[in-house]
Amino acid sequence: MIQIEELHKSYRMGSNELHVLKGINLDIKEGEFVSIMGSSGSGKSTLLNIIGMLDEADNGSYVLDDVPIKNLSEKKAAIYRNKFLGFIFQSFNLINYKNAAENVALPLYYQGIPRKIRKEKSLYYLEKVGLADWAHHLPSELSGGQKQRVAIARALASEPKVLLADEPTGALDTKTSYEVMDFLQGINDEGKTILVVTHEHDIADMTKRIVMLKDGVIEEDKFVQQVRASEHV
Amino acid sequence: MFDLDRWREILQTINKNKLRTLLAGFTVTLGILIFTVLFGMGNGLKNTFYEAFQDDAQNTIFIESGFAKKPFKGFKENRRIEFENEDLEFLKEKFSGRIQHITARVYKGVVAKYKSEYGNYTVRAVHPSHQYLEQTDIEKGRYVNQNDINTDARIAVIGRLVEKDLFGKENAVGEYFSMNKIVYRVVGVFSDKGSGDREERTIYTPVSTTQLIHKNTEIIDEINLMYDINIGASGASRLSKEIERALKKRHNIAPSDRNGIHVENKVEDLNDTLQVANVLQIIVLWIGIGTLLAGVIGISNIMVYIVKERTKELGIRKALGAKPSAVIGMILQETILITLIFGYIGLLIGNFVLNSMGDKLKDWFITNPSVSQGTIIAATIILVLSGLIAGYIPARRAARVKPIVALRDE
Repeated sequence: MIQIEELHKSYRMGSNELHVLKGINLDIKEGEFVSIMGSSGSGKSTLLNIIGMLDEADNGSYVLDDVPIKNLSEKKAAIYRNKFLGFIFQSFNLINYKNAAENVALPLYYQGIPRKIRKEKSLYYLEKVGLADWAHHLPSELSGGQKQRVAIARALASEPKVLLADEPTGALDTKTSYEVMDFLQGINDEGKTILVVTHEHDIADMTKRIVMLKDGVIEEDKFVQQVRASEHV
Repeated sequence: MFDLDRWREILQTINKNKLRTLLAGFTVTLGILIFTVLFGMGNGLKNTFYEAFQDDAQNTIFIESGFAKKPFKGFKENRRIEFENEDLEFLKEKFSGRIQHITARVYKGVVAKYKSEYGNYTVRAVHPSHQYLEQTDIEKGRYVNQNDINTDARIAVIGRLVEKDLFGKENAVGEYFSMNKIVYRVVGVFSDKGSGDREERTIYTPVSTTQLIHKNTEIIDEINLMYDINIGASGASRLSKEIERALKKRHNIAPSDRNGIHVENKVEDLNDTLQVANVLQIIVLWIGIGTLLAGVIGISNIMVYIVKERTKELGIRKALGAKPSAVIGMILQETILITLIFGYIGLLIGNFVLNSMGDKLKDWFITNPSVSQGTIIAATIILVLSGLIAGYIPARRAARVKPIVALRDE
């Protein structure tokens, strides 16, 4: 699903250059549940941004679902993001003046899907994350965990190939974090490829593969025995 | 443009951010309001000018005599030139194809008396044609006719106010009154609404009668004529030049002498005056455009601020797959919509202000201030265009929002 070879990325900070990614090689198959770990500054968020086409690499190749991602125009990037990827953010990033159902329907709007189908789909995915009753509530009326579940529903709504989650539990307490991970595991069980960036070991242990980043290179890449979140809830 | 979903999206954004929208729209409303009012007042000014000139016939030429300043053909300088009846007959004959009506004017100041009432008035001794030139409305009786001229009849056509002054509530027609102790019979009363009180305190008499009474001269103070309207403005100015040349030759005035004879063409006058009004309107128009521009800059500024405030939202939208064109379209359409709605409110208020003004400002030379249908359509087009201009910069800014920057957690 994702093939990354010799990926380099550096940022210019004034006069000196900051080399963030120093040759990353990563191959993720369909249906995998991968966590990217590392201390802050290790380059894990940069890697996720590049995979999410929010940022572009300086060197190396990145192929997503057999499509080489290189020199994309903004328009192309937008189309690919919409088609291939679903995003889950640490701070949820819901649009505050839209209710839960409207937030979930937003990526569908940009796919040009008719309103009626958008409505049906958004309700379907809200039900999937157990928030059907909250469809008409604004984000400000939801708890943190509920917000993240709305965000997950939104990421799923466009039926992407890969879910990208940047510290999805970073803003949540342990109990809620496990609930969210439980959802993600459920989605992964259905065959969806998921990539999670986290610095929490217990969260990483709930995935199937842990990629350790340190100073811009992969230090360790191991498959692990998944801890089911449901055991902790 | 007619993407229903996008309209829904924009209406929702506007609806959920009412204060912001109101602030953005207010500047436009104000701009359009001031523009409309100023433009309407400019029109009112023009209306006043038109009205002032519309009262008398437009296709007239006034000929007056003066002093010839230059010596010519043995005649000395500073010579008084006077027209006589012959001059009138001469013009009538020479330009018969182009002249429709021609009349003499002889002015005399008189003391008019009826019973115990008396007052000072101006007598204007004329030919019957004068009625067409001045567009005099006869209220009662009749005007001076050719028979009066032939018989040197002692009759007078008096102004509405002369009747009011001297005869009070009595009907003056048929009554006798005296002017400088000579008795005249009133045959008609006229009114002249457009020209004011002075005109209605004038007394018309047959030119021959007045000439006879005043030492039996043939002298005419002024010749007024009305030309065939079909000769057009250029034909009229040619005619007035020809008349000037012919009369100068007749009276032995040097062709280069500007003072002997004055030929005044009303159309040229009107054009000059309207030009002043037009210049005024153009100035007003520029002030209006300036205000409009200020409004556009105002909304543009606020939209830039709004885009900044919405950076995160726009970043989210882009991360979820909004193309740059979708973002630009959204901001642009929102700006145009706000500009249109609030601009139209300004237009309505402006029109209301103009209508309620009506003729209250007539003392300041503003008559019936209004904006025409065409101006309103033009203003609407200007509104949409200004919306486009106002929205362009913020929209471009919005399109440049990098999702990665917008979504970075602070």
